[in-house]
Amino acid sequence: MAGLHRTNGGGRIDRKKRLSFTFDGKSYEGVAGDTLASALLANGVHLVGRSYKYHRPRGILSAGAEEPNALVAVDRGDGRSAPNLRATQVELYDGLVAESQNRWPSLAYDVGAVNGLFSPLLAAGFYYKTFMGPRLLGSNWAWHKIYEPLIRRAAGLGKAPTQPDPDRYANGFAHCDVLVVGAGPAGLAAALAAAESGARVILCDEQAELGGSLLSEWSIEIDGVPAAAWLAEAVRTLAASPRVTLLPRTQAFGYFAQNFVALAERLTDHLAKPEPSAPRERLWQVRAKHVVLATGAIERPVVFPDNDRPGIMLADAARTYVNRYGVRCGSRAVVVAACDSGYATALDLRRAGVDVAMIVDPRPSGGSAVSGAVKAAGIAVETGATVIATRGRQRVSAVQIGRATSGTWVRCDHVLMTGGWTPSVHLFSQSRGKLAWDEAAQAFLPASVAPGQSQRSVGACRGAFGIAAALEDGFAAGGEAVGWAARARDFKVASDVADFSGVLGASNPGAHESKAFVDFQHDVTVRDLKLAAQEGFRSIEHVKRYTTTGMATDQGKTSNLNALAIVADHLGKPVPAVGLTTFRQPYTPVTFGTIAGASRGDLFDPVRRTPCDGWAQAVGAVFEDVGAWKRARHFPEGSEDMHAAVARECRIVRSAVGMFDASTLGKIEVVGPDAAEFLERLYINPFQKLGVGRCRYGVLLNEAGFIIDDGVIGRIAADRFHVTTTTGGAARVLNMMEDYAQTEFPELKVWLTSTTEQWAVIAVQGPKAREVLAPLVEGVDLDATAFPHMSVKAGRICDVDARIFRVSFTGELGFEINVPADYGAAVWEAVWREVQKHGGCAYGTESMHVLRAEKGFIIVGQETDGTVTPDDVGLGWAIGKSKRDFVGLRSLSRPDIVRSGRKQLVGLLTADPKLVLEEGAQVTAEAKPRVGTPALGHVTSAYWSAKLGRSIALALVADGRARIGARLNIPMPSGDVSVDVVAPVFLDPKGERLNG
Amino acid sequence: MADRIVGRRSVLDGLVLPARNGIVSVIEATPAARFIYRGDPGLIGDAFGIALPTTPMQARASGARAALWLGPDEWLLLAAASEATTVAAAVAGKPAALVDVGHRQVGLSVSGPRAAALLNAGCPLDLDEAEFPVGMCTRTILAKAEIVLWRTASDAFRMEIARSFAPYVVAFLVEALHGIDR
Repeated sequence: MAGLHRTNGGGRIDRKKRLSFTFDGKSYEGVAGDTLASALLANGVHLVGRSYKYHRPRGILSAGAEEPNALVAVDRGDGRSAPNLRATQVELYDGLVAESQNRWPSLAYDVGAVNGLFSPLLAAGFYYKTFMGPRLLGSNWAWHKIYEPLIRRAAGLGKAPTQPDPDRYANGFAHCDVLVVGAGPAGLAAALAAAESGARVILCDEQAELGGSLLSEWSIEIDGVPAAAWLAEAVRTLAASPRVTLLPRTQAFGYFAQNFVALAERLTDHLAKPEPSAPRERLWQVRAKHVVLATGAIERPVVFPDNDRPGIMLADAARTYVNRYGVRCGSRAVVVAACDSGYATALDLRRAGVDVAMIVDPRPSGGSAVSGAVKAAGIAVETGATVIATRGRQRVSAVQIGRATSGTWVRCDHVLMTGGWTPSVHLFSQSRGKLAWDEAAQAFLPASVAPGQSQRSVGACRGAFGIAAALEDGFAAGGEAVGWAARARDFKVASDVADFSGVLGASNPGAHESKAFVDFQHDVTVRDLKLAAQEGFRSIEHVKRYTTTGMATDQGKTSNLNALAIVADHLGKPVPAVGLTTFRQPYTPVTFGTIAGASRGDLFDPVRRTPCDGWAQAVGAVFEDVGAWKRARHFPEGSEDMHAAVARECRIVRSAVGMFDASTLGKIEVVGPDAAEFLERLYINPFQKLGVGRCRYGVLLNEAGFIIDDGVIGRIAADRFHVTTTTGGAARVLNMMEDYAQTEFPELKVWLTSTTEQWAVIAVQGPKAREVLAPLVEGVDLDATAFPHMSVKAGRICDVDARIFRVSFTGELGFEINVPADYGAAVWEAVWREVQKHGGCAYGTESMHVLRAEKGFIIVGQETDGTVTPDDVGLGWAIGKSKRDFVGLRSLSRPDIVRSGRKQLVGLLTADPKLVLEEGAQVTAEAKPRVGTPALGHVTSAYWSAKLGRSIALALVADGRARIGARLNIPMPSGDVSVDVVAPVFLDPKGERLNG
Repeated sequence: MADRIVGRRSVLDGLVLPARNGIVSVIEATPAARFIYRGDPGLIGDAFGIALPTTPMQARASGARAALWLGPDEWLLLAAASEATTVAAAVAGKPAALVDVGHRQVGLSVSGPRAAALLNAGCPLDLDEAEFPVGMCTRTILAKAEIVLWRTASDAFRMEIARSFAPYVVAFLVEALHGIDR
């Protein structure tokens, strides 16, 4: 059976396509076209959840995105579980497995319902009062040990999945002339008008089918044809236009600056057996020239005591269930209609065979315009009355109709209520548009569009109610969006409801206001709101936070205006004087996967690898991250740990030869007749007189005089320099140079091009470096006099054009071979074969660090921290003495830079040679310094030196150079460490090895 | 590839490029000599065979040669690999900058009726042909990688990608193709 309560015909379902599903483990049947909510109702299931605080039984309230009660978890297995889905939006598929939430052990027998007995304890502000409450046992013991765990356990709304999300999520950037949000009559008309002009149009709607309220219309005729036929034709027209993109199942959830709108498109959740590799959802990031918001309106519940029993629903939802899904929500209904639209519901239900016991209209004169048709149908109408009590444990069974505290009980199995309609201004408000209270509409309506947002609200969301008004409003706005001024079209609509006004706030809850619910999802009652007002809260923003009204996952879609009216009424103020809370993204919850898209796992961030990286991976190198680069840190042999591998690598470089992948170094080709002058102005060093074929170590300062980068610069030709930067500084230095070239020195003919990735760089360092290269190079004399330290030659290696630098960051005889990147791997392997013949090895960044520290070479970012001048680290010699200017020069004579007492780079040797200091450790003059003693400086680098057979360290110490020979102290948690201050060069101070 | 000099290894070697029949395909662009030319566009004259476009974001192509405007004084020059020395000679001795970037980046050709949709999975630009016509080129981003994008035909684009970002870009396109269904 596809449901006991299914009508025989009509609606937008396929009664022949039966779908089985389970809810809380019990099997049911629905049909194609159902939502989970409509299928449950077709099976007579109203009890679908428990409320947040009091665990009261709750049923399906609505038929759309605003649903506060019917939250379910849908589990497809393998980690594919989604909590907090609104059953009213979950499309049914064969085999769907859904569970109710917030109940234990079962929906029907929930132990948490005992909360209801203590409901006075859980009234407004309970959380705040508990936080601020008496501090038992000297701390907030009661909160941490009793209340909070209890509340957390009992009040969970759904469970977060515990496994990683196995699904993939797509992303699409899109642009259009007109984005229409909402495919009801207003949105469809807007899209039709805009599309006629040939504009690019995107029409999105949260539902599976386009049509909005037209999908639930039975009796309406538009331009002489039934609404369904008009809708089908409209959708056909739009679909046939190549410039129109139709996006059903797509929720516009965020509206940002400059008409940037985020949409979430559901791609597979409605499928029984989705293609396993297909993305589950797609995030659309739309930049629209114009936005038309046709977001409709949401029906308001009527606030009366015990208005939350399962079976008490919004009237228009029942109309949707019967007209669109062919589902009767019960057999005997009472309609509580403070709005004419409720009368139309009563008529549609009657037509579908539902016994409408009575229409109760709280308005004194009732719905005059529609009462004739209702009377003709023989439905009793009670005006000026309301519901004052209800009965029924897990489903409403009777309501008491009255005008004060007494009245007659009317038996029923569902109650349909409408308090009127609240325009959906969420997206408009997100766009920073200003809302204004409209006294006639009794609603907040869009008043002024925010700057930079070209936008129109149309139809019910701006108070233009009724199908005809919506169509005409939408069509005009769609035409206007594409520049067709004053383009109007009349739509002839038969049987249109004209008056959608209603009532706000509570309708006579009497003595039972503690059970008259306003916010169903957060269990906020009339009493809670009044209590907040009594306790002094005056702004709705404060009332909201104190009572948590409107703060649940539904953001108060059905409750905000009622809450506002109740507070305003209690304070004796007009509604706009109490204010309106802010609407925030997302309109409905969006899964994290949709936001993250492809950016996870290997695609979380680009991983950059050098041309020689494959070899390093193959031999088992251990890598470290340097920015986005992966760099080989060390090359362990056998069971070596890092310490052993680094000691071996360093020993071999010093005694024989090592090779090192330096490809990540930043490289900039500086070219032009004024290239030397440009570098002269940028770097502290002189470059004008640097000979072609020679290199210089360059130090780059910022305007404050502090070191920001360094590197070797080679002069390739009179007008061409090969500049190297630190790995991390490559992009920064290029940007800085380009900035200076364009804005400070536009008169210089010099141009910059990044060549970082053009060259693979292989450093060959050690006494045998020359022997390694000799058999591989062609046309390059490697002899010490022909090719001295700090020079560069163009030549060939392994039959490949190369730039060969004689440079050293190890203190050994060394070369750095630059070859075009695609040859890097082949040349590396050729060099490796030669290195092996000489007992050499490959070494990684860790050994590089040790080798340079033994020589006292700084690393920018390790010995420097953005507050260090050249003189501080002993590089004062590099400053061109006759230079007129360079970036940072003026700052080097600032009083703070020339004062005594600045921290200077020194070496530290521990009294215990085996002890390696910790980088970052503080340096003091005395042992056991008192707390608060200022440090003299700190350790910047510390390593074990295999060559020296002891630990070494570099440090920045106040007046460091004057303290050479002194003994200082490093206070550590494990005790003080004595260190001797030495010059920051531990090996070969004369540089004899270098010039070998 | 057979015509590649022995020992040259493209960063794309061994990567499976995304393709779906009749929808979109991604292939490695013809191997090319690449240069960045910076300076006065007049200095190069006819020497390159194509006058450098001075309209922003325009590319001009003739045979295997193409000049892509990247900035007021910056062009990417593409030529057949065999023509590298010819191009270099054309600028020799002029007060301008010509820098070989033949190995700095790799080229991918993305073509097919859904080429723009595939790119728009990660590229925020409007790739509608009216907004981004054939012959337009620009630096932009694809997800988290910087690229140069050039529309070579109504349904074809060429991307130039920094060498070390190419595996990321390929992996991103492989992933993004799963989301291309229409």
